[in-house]
Amino acid sequence: MLKIPQSAYTSLRQHGEETYPHECCGVLLGQMDDNGVRIVTSVARAGNTRTDSAHNRYNIDPKDLIRIQREGRGRGEDIIGFYHSHPDHPAQWSSTDLAEAHWFGCSYVITSVERGKAVLTNSFELTGNDENDKKLVAEKIEVG
Amino acid sequence: MPKIHIPTPLRQYAGKLPAVDVKAGTIGDALSDLVAQHPDLRRHLYTDDGKLRAFVNVYLNDEDVRYLQKDATAVKDGDSISIVPSIAGGRN
Repeated sequence: MLKIPQSAYTSLRQHGEETYPHECCGVLLGQMDDNGVRIVTSVARAGNTRTDSAHNRYNIDPKDLIRIQREGRGRGEDIIGFYHSHPDHPAQWSSTDLAEAHWFGCSYVITSVERGKAVLTNSFELTGNDENDKKLVAEKIEVG
Repeated sequence: MPKIHIPTPLRQYAGKLPAVDVKAGTIGDALSDLVAQHPDLRRHLYTDDGKLRAFVNVYLNDEDVRYLQKDATAVKDGDSISIVPSIAGGRN
């Protein structure tokens, strides 16, 4: 399960509206509690390096991640997930999303943005032991 | 000693540590020492034929070692090495 403050939830959905018709992307920071629930305490926007195909692809520059990670560490936060948007496409993971997912135990949040408006936001946990058995499994988002 | 920062998904294979001190003069030595200390990390970082997986990015301070001397990149005490799995995707 993913717990996220309303302000952070609104922010990541709004990001998708701002970048429409391109995919937005960003990082979820926070902690995991003893029950495996990921608790978001802040959200960091990232740039999409896939300027060649931004309408249907995203990639976060690892250098951005290192900066975000370092800044988060200073606040006692870990990277616990990522978000991106699907312009005019369902808020469901694609085969590309799964193939490119490598942060096991983290949440992957996807927002459908239709004609410039954020519609549905879903979250998926990357489960499995390694690249051969990984799955993105739908999880509940608790906002507030 | 240089320190390797372990990303969240790999900490369960590194004794739940967020960072590991390594004895090394190069990036290659640092990663070798890391998997020597925590052998369960090996299959997550390397393919069966011993190559670093394509989605594993290694940074020395703020520089991608692919654009430095790769495994031969020199490291020194106080250096910060980060393992950063790629973040990418997109709708089909």
